[in-house]
Amino acid sequence: MGYPESLKNLIKKIEETRPDRVEKKKAGIEIPAMTLDERATLLEAHHPDCIPGTRRELKVGPSQGYAVAHEFADLLESKSRVDPDKVDLSQIDYETDVLVIGGGGAGTSAALLAQENGAKVILTTKLRHGDANTMMAEGGIQAADKLWKDSPGYHYIDTLGGGHFSNVPELAYRLVNDAPDVLHWLENLGMMFWKKPDGTMDTLPAAGFCRSRLHFAGDITGAEIMRVVRDEARNREEDITVLEFSPVIELILNENGQCAGALIYNMETEEYSIIRAKATIVATGGSGRLHIQNFVTTNHYGATADGIVMTYRAGLKLKFLHTLQYHPTGCVFPEQLEGLLITEKFRAAGSHVLNVDGEQFVYEREPRDVEAAAYIKEANERGKAVPRPTGGWGIWLDSPMLELIYGEGYIKREFPGKCKQFGRHGIDISKEPMIVYPTLHYQNGGVEFKETGETDIPGLFMAGEVGGGIHGENRLMGNSLLDILVFGRIAGANAAIYAKEKAQDGKMSLAHVNAYNKEVEEAGIETEVVSPMLLPNYIEKKVRDRQHSSHYVGNIR
Amino acid sequence: MEATETKMIPIYIMGKRYEVPEGLTIMKAMEYAGYQYIRGCGCRGGICGACGTIYRKPGDYKIYSALACQTAAEPDMYLTQLPFFPANHVPSNYAELEGVPEDIYKLYPELFRCVACNACSKICPMDVPVMDVIAYIKRGDIEKAAFEAFDCIQCGLCTSRCFAEAPQFHIMQLARRIYGGKLAPKAKHNAEAAQAVREGKFDAMLNQLMSMSTEEIKKEYIEREIEPETAGDDWKPKDAKWLIEEFLR
Repeated sequence: MGYPESLKNLIKKIEETRPDRVEKKKAGIEIPAMTLDERATLLEAHHPDCIPGTRRELKVGPSQGYAVAHEFADLLESKSRVDPDKVDLSQIDYETDVLVIGGGGAGTSAALLAQENGAKVILTTKLRHGDANTMMAEGGIQAADKLWKDSPGYHYIDTLGGGHFSNVPELAYRLVNDAPDVLHWLENLGMMFWKKPDGTMDTLPAAGFCRSRLHFAGDITGAEIMRVVRDEARNREEDITVLEFSPVIELILNENGQCAGALIYNMETEEYSIIRAKATIVATGGSGRLHIQNFVTTNHYGATADGIVMTYRAGLKLKFLHTLQYHPTGCVFPEQLEGLLITEKFRAAGSHVLNVDGEQFVYEREPRDVEAAAYIKEANERGKAVPRPTGGWGIWLDSPMLELIYGEGYIKREFPGKCKQFGRHGIDISKEPMIVYPTLHYQNGGVEFKETGETDIPGLFMAGEVGGGIHGENRLMGNSLLDILVFGRIAGANAAIYAKEKAQDGKMSLAHVNAYNKEVEEAGIETEVVSPMLLPNYIEKKVRDRQHSSHYVGNIR
Repeated sequence: MEATETKMIPIYIMGKRYEVPEGLTIMKAMEYAGYQYIRGCGCRGGICGACGTIYRKPGDYKIYSALACQTAAEPDMYLTQLPFFPANHVPSNYAELEGVPEDIYKLYPELFRCVACNACSKICPMDVPVMDVIAYIKRGDIEKAAFEAFDCIQCGLCTSRCFAEAPQFHIMQLARRIYGGKLAPKAKHNAEAAQAVREGKFDAMLNQLMSMSTEEIKKEYIEREIEPETAGDDWKPKDAKWLIEEFLR
């Protein structure tokens, strides 16, 4: 329990440099932030996205020739989990106006807005309603709503700067413009924002932003949002039906080329069912559980890129999928907490990041990709990172200094969740620093979609992490909780309108899946992989090697 | 670097014995043993409430609780997960609630069946004082209830132990929403900004920014004034170029 002696000794070095560092911080003296050129040089040399040989060009599909991580390519260059010829599309199990795929923040807000616009909704999700990265987002949500010092214009400039000016402008526009309204909506749904007694919402600065506009609810902002929107969806159970443990395996198109529903899989009974829908929204989230380059991840258990696979097979192009976000401060000690996200709010509040000698080597509020690359450089090139008892490197995050800046009790008050999690392992983060290292956190890109939530397939809408372009090559803190709600709401409303006004009846078909399977074959790809992946497999290899049944006999493998 | 020698410990998953390496969380230990989760696993970060676990220790009459993803497996732990527990969620029209304790009493009258046994608080893996929260609601203090129940992850363990058969986690959710949306002071600045959005006030500004070349927007980025870390809400930027008042002038 707690830090072993070796680390306790290293902590002494931090305590030695702390008084001086705190004095400087109080006096407003910071170590310099990097210039754009310095950032670019650092990223090119040390960011995981830039490591040669970690990507390959896709051999099949609408983005053929585009290079993505091998782990994505393995899933995309594979056949479907299901043989389309075995599926009888004349047997419809569910009918609805709007089908929402995914039960996180994007999917749930889409369901609410679709319902408000007159649609009957089915929300289908792989695990439980709310099992999503939304639940795990801690720090907060960005919105420029203090207009005497801020505006969506500044938010736009920050967002593009964070994305290295590669963002799709129309998407960034909607993101920042709708932000204050989304917060207003959340407040009226009963979200507990942290506020001053006069109602002014508390805000914090955050890496890459020029204004203090990170709104929050304790250190579990995402969970608070998810709880509220999920509860509201449950209140509307007459119009919103939720199907849990029912991931979508393939989209179903119709003879007019519109999306006409989806094929779902009951993970418990292992049967497939058909949902016919006038409009469909893909809100399946991210892909951290692919463990790109073997990085640990902060993502929830079901983040396996399913939406990318099904929409790619249906004909949508990829966008910015070559860039992934490695959150600089993933927990790496104790081992039980490995992969746990340490919210950026610590750095936003001013926690220094320190090497093994207790020295600062990078300003704590650089954008995430820059910050992560700086840690990797400190470990790999300078050899100045903190050696972990179980192997590998870490970087100190000096949380106790916040107590000296903001007063005793600050850590417990502002980071109750983190205190509890570390406390279970005998570490008091108000007195001892944490050890962090970059961890696979976010899929910056994804599938191409428009600011109206539409895609190139009529009747198919998109929202949330599965979509690419809002954040360009790098997302800033607090812009993803915002993104899922802005675009979830837009997709929900527009899908409902589409269902009412534009959807046409037509013969349903999985021909696109057959065609894709054929394309994989013709490309000469030989693989055992079927996709979507649905869940990672963490069963010990020794056990797996003894799982000799390769297929089902009766209902037992 | 590899750990020199891993000590194996016995654990009992639903009564069946498995040897697992010491130091793993209960969740990782079950996976090590050969389980692939469908239920009982969600965020793996202690916040989603999917992996509520109850266990006993040898020679100890007590029931303990844990989150499987957050708790190290101990030797001879005798455990099961409770990934789901049926609990009554009463739908309500939130917009029409009045923001009074009676809103909750009407929807969940069973909370008055609480006999103050405290089994709910004892089993809560998040240390929420569940029984106290129910008491605050009974005496009408929704604000206190909302903050004390803020850490609830809705795993349902409290409800599984409740003598009054009350769905505490749904009741606490309702209390939080009533506080957040109907009792807490409203954010006037946010309402004004939201109104401005709906009136399309920022469209011209954002259209101008959107039409800029990369070089032009880069220049805006580099030259923008940064609010000092320790500045408060009364801070005013020297450069007001993209503030709405200045922009519309």
